[in-house]
Amino acid sequence: MKIRGKVWKYGDAIDTDVIYPGKYLVSFDPSEAAKHAMEGLESDFYKKISKGDILVVGKNFGTGSAREQAAVALKSAGIGAVIGESFARTFYRNAINVGLPAAEMKGIKDQIDEKDEIEVDLDQGLIRNLTKGKDHHFTPLPPFILEILKMGGAVPYYKKRIGKG
Amino acid sequence: MHMGMTLTEKILAQASGKGSCRPEEIIEANIDVVMLHDIGTPGIQEPLKELEVEKIPSSVEVVIIPDHFVPAPTVKAAENLKLTREFAKKHHIKSYYELGRGGICHQVMAEKGHIRPGQVIIGPDSHTTTYGAFGAFATGMGVTDTAIGLGLGKLWFKVPPTVKIILKGRINPAISAKDLSLFLLKNLNSEEVLNKALEPGGEIIDQMSVDGRMCLCDMAAEMGAKNCIIPPDKITLDYLRGRVKDPIPTLSSDPGANYEYTYEFDVSDLEPLVACPPSPANVKSVKEVEGIKIDQAFLGSCTNGRMEDLRIAAQLLKNEKVHPDVRLIITPASQEIYLQALKEGLLEIFVQAGGNITSPTCGVCFGGHSGLLAPGERCLSSSNRNFIGRMGSPKAEVYLASPATVVVSAIEGKISDPRDRLGKGGIR
Repeated sequence: MKIRGKVWKYGDAIDTDVIYPGKYLVSFDPSEAAKHAMEGLESDFYKKISKGDILVVGKNFGTGSAREQAAVALKSAGIGAVIGESFARTFYRNAINVGLPAAEMKGIKDQIDEKDEIEVDLDQGLIRNLTKGKDHHFTPLPPFILEILKMGGAVPYYKKRIGKG
Repeated sequence: MHMGMTLTEKILAQASGKGSCRPEEIIEANIDVVMLHDIGTPGIQEPLKELEVEKIPSSVEVVIIPDHFVPAPTVKAAENLKLTREFAKKHHIKSYYELGRGGICHQVMAEKGHIRPGQVIIGPDSHTTTYGAFGAFATGMGVTDTAIGLGLGKLWFKVPPTVKIILKGRINPAISAKDLSLFLLKNLNSEEVLNKALEPGGEIIDQMSVDGRMCLCDMAAEMGAKNCIIPPDKITLDYLRGRVKDPIPTLSSDPGANYEYTYEFDVSDLEPLVACPPSPANVKSVKEVEGIKIDQAFLGSCTNGRMEDLRIAAQLLKNEKVHPDVRLIITPASQEIYLQALKEGLLEIFVQAGGNITSPTCGVCFGGHSGLLAPGERCLSSSNRNFIGRMGSPKAEVYLASPATVVVSAIEGKISDPRDRLGKGGIR
């Protein structure tokens, strides 16, 4: 499974309140959520990105609330994957569950620049920086997490497991 | 050689039908209890429908507690609340706590006896970690995970390594569990505790009240922990007796259990602490930020809206007035606490002092409704998060502190040290 896109970079401990502010928690509409993605830091984030763009982030991305809308907002805004130094587990699980690839790689933030074009190969654990012509390796995701992503999220995955898919 | 297990490992091993389990192992655990509120219940509808779940497995106890957008501040919130109510009816959920009969979910879960030691409990809310105060494995999940756990009765977990935290010493009576939580946020290596099981212990924890333990386990969410568990003891059992119908098991970590890290702190010299914007881990001593003017003070939330918190607030507010430039908002965490505070005369003291009392709700803490901040305003809050935009405008500032610090600062109009007003023998 490969994702290719332009990089947008954010720092450490980007929390769920800035990714998706609490006042919008009444809504579960993905297209509505997209409009508020990253609103705590900047307005109109969804307008600046192109489909498939990749977030490269620091430590403990998605810290804070368990709100799944944070992952939904990024995905429906068009983000193709999030590569981080580390993740808060609720965000990580939510991302995988809604079919937004998320992978950890220590030191990635300092090796890739904003607007670099990269390709992430989740099966191989490989990031190709197409702008700089450099490769970076990370520990590939566990097979069952890859399978969830390939099926488009946890619901189709479990549906198949219980024989309803 | 058979090595011992930590309490978290034991609970997960038992819940997955195994003799033992090890950190980093992926297991599938049976879910004992699912807590739902008025964000989670609407949120699980789509995945439940997709999974074609018509009936919730009888092995899962479901508790529904609307608390975030209550009383409904908008028509959209009212629609979510209506949906939540109808879901409870459709699935014959006995433990549904309507507005006026419940309060903030994490407090109600404890009060109404829905937490038992050794259980696996999930909820679509990060502060579900609070239930570890009673020796349960409890953690927050998104709505998809919650729907799967609810609909199928089981869910995958990566067994977290356990980090032991030993707290020793004798603390100043003005220092509370919130100060200890802020101390840990400042002093634990965040990378070493991220996604781990925390197991606080030591003489400070041994003597800590249930209210304090709940505060600490609640704040473990801010430390990035997966769960936070305090092995049940006499204090736990005294609280649960009369609330829980079933026999209450006593459980503990094995003597030879393996802890990934062990921290030991003597907190005898601990000062009142404040988390400065924009993160709960940005902790300074009150002395370092003393004098910063505030526009609003908030006492409440699942972190600090309990009896112990209201009692200390009343002790400080008696025959005092809230500073003319400050609004003090007080939210009792539950109807039970509201009533108890009424009986003890605390509410009268709050009103006499010029405080504003809201009904039990999460609204103020998460910036959902009630008490939002304008650009340029500053709030000192007893809640759990001070992220950018948490309580309203992204241009407002939120500082976090203990109930005593919040209330003293509300009187002074600026961030102030509660030790100046609390004589010896204040709070424990």
